[in-house]
Amino acid sequence: MLGPFLAVLQRDLTLAWRGRADVLVTLAFFVIVVCLFPFGVGAETNQLRAIAPGVLWVAALLSTLLSLHRLFAQDHADGTLEQLLLSPEPTALWVLAKVLAHWIVTGLPLVIAAPGLALLFDVEQGALGVLVLSLALGSPILALLGAVGAALTLGLRSGGVLLALLVLPLFVPVLIFGAGAVDSHLGGTGATAHLLLLGGGLLGAIAMTPFACAAALRIAME
Amino acid sequence: MQWTSWSAFWDMGGAGPFVWGSYAVTAVLVALELFFVLRRRKETVRRLSRLRRVVPSAIEPGGAVKERIE
Amino acid sequence: MMNGTETETEDGTKRSRSLLRFAAPQVFYPIAGRLAPWFAWLAAGLCVAGLWIGFFVAPTDFQQGEVYRVIFIHVPAAWMSMFIYLIMAFWAAVGLVMNTRLSFMMAQALAPTGAMFCFVSLWTGALWGRPTWGTYWVWDARLTSQLLLLFLYLGFIALTQAIEDSRRSDRAGAIIALVGAVNVPIIYFSVQWWNTLHQGASVSLTRAPSMASTMLVGMLLMALAAWAYTFAVSFWRVRSLILERERHTEWVAAELDEQEARA
Repeated sequence: MLGPFLAVLQRDLTLAWRGRADVLVTLAFFVIVVCLFPFGVGAETNQLRAIAPGVLWVAALLSTLLSLHRLFAQDHADGTLEQLLLSPEPTALWVLAKVLAHWIVTGLPLVIAAPGLALLFDVEQGALGVLVLSLALGSPILALLGAVGAALTLGLRSGGVLLALLVLPLFVPVLIFGAGAVDSHLGGTGATAHLLLLGGGLLGAIAMTPFACAAALRIAME
Repeated sequence: MQWTSWSAFWDMGGAGPFVWGSYAVTAVLVALELFFVLRRRKETVRRLSRLRRVVPSAIEPGGAVKERIE
Repeated sequence: MMNGTETETEDGTKRSRSLLRFAAPQVFYPIAGRLAPWFAWLAAGLCVAGLWIGFFVAPTDFQQGEVYRVIFIHVPAAWMSMFIYLIMAFWAAVGLVMNTRLSFMMAQALAPTGAMFCFVSLWTGALWGRPTWGTYWVWDARLTSQLLLLFLYLGFIALTQAIEDSRRSDRAGAIIALVGAVNVPIIYFSVQWWNTLHQGASVSLTRAPSMASTMLVGMLLMALAAWAYTFAVSFWRVRSLILERERHTEWVAAELDEQEARA
């Protein structure tokens, strides 16, 4: 059961390691978007502190969106996807492995970079842990939901914009609970409820989206 | 009957622009949708008839020609 | 390709086939054509009756004055936009499970009307909000969910339009419709949660508690009109889709001949 999962995971991670520059682009995008906000809204410290959780979360969401189309595109182009679909292994399993590899490559760096960027917005240090935790729980959900959209739009001419239109409404609950976790921690009400909901959402997404994604891939490759 | 005169009716107790703005936009959208749906029907019939005359193979059973004739 | 189903001899097969008969595009096409005008006239009649009651019988609202008369399109449109999404998701599921092409076509025929109603409910809500709450828009749970529903509709329409191959576009659209339907309650819940945290007590959106019964009658008539209109428009739209998809068949050729002879 775990064999094919680990094999796909290892293969994707190796490939990503060979193309490191691509990975850094996502991270750089995240950093730049976050750094744009003070120029737009003004550098007043109290205001920056107030908008920081939302800014970091929206930027993380956009960076995820930006990298999503790469999830299956390469494998689609070189025929790997077809081979994987023909293989007897359960599709949902290796889809999950691919999404996990994608998240390790594009999502995890954002989670690690977020506290540093939060300091630019003068977020109090006690909230940094909650921020990291909320991103660690929330960004895999974004990757999983996005994978369904990426599979549905595989190989389409207007794929990128269409993908954004399809998945952005689905991202809204994650954004609400993710940014809300940090906000309510700062507001003194505690972030436990938000983080539990995010965790529950992650489990639900792991249980359901690989199957929707597998179905979408099969439809796209028929 | 609530209205003493037509002008009172159009005025809607001072909220005329809001009420009639709602109804006008709805009416326009419904009319547009009907127009496009019925026009699509006519165009589909016309296009398929032409397709049949110009590229008979496109319409034969099993023929899968994708050309579109506008 | 597929002709009459009357050839069965065994009782059981005949019955099960007669139910599925309507799933054949060839059978549904003339039925939809015959029913659509009736639904259209029914919609027109109900609309006239509903508006008559709404504008000339229903009393002035003692709190809101005359502005409340937007309710006769606002609420039916909001209901309809939600119903249509559910019906679309239903047809999508039926299509994926039973593999009936007509279900997918029905889902696609419904989507533009659903998006239209969704937009109407947002537009009328904004115009109603201005005089009553003093603002065109509040980030209330209901309004925000409705806005996201509009995005879900647009995503569905854009995806099905972007895929050339009809088999793929049917199925891909069905999947996104189902994913959206699963997400609608989650979106609503999350937006409500977010709203109670951020909004504070600003405007109460609860409707006037004592709605005159004539107001209710007018609103229900308009809701029925919206249903009838949806049937009519989606039947007309699905007829074009069927012709397009079935253009390789004998019966479409015959239908085209007939249409040309009439023109």
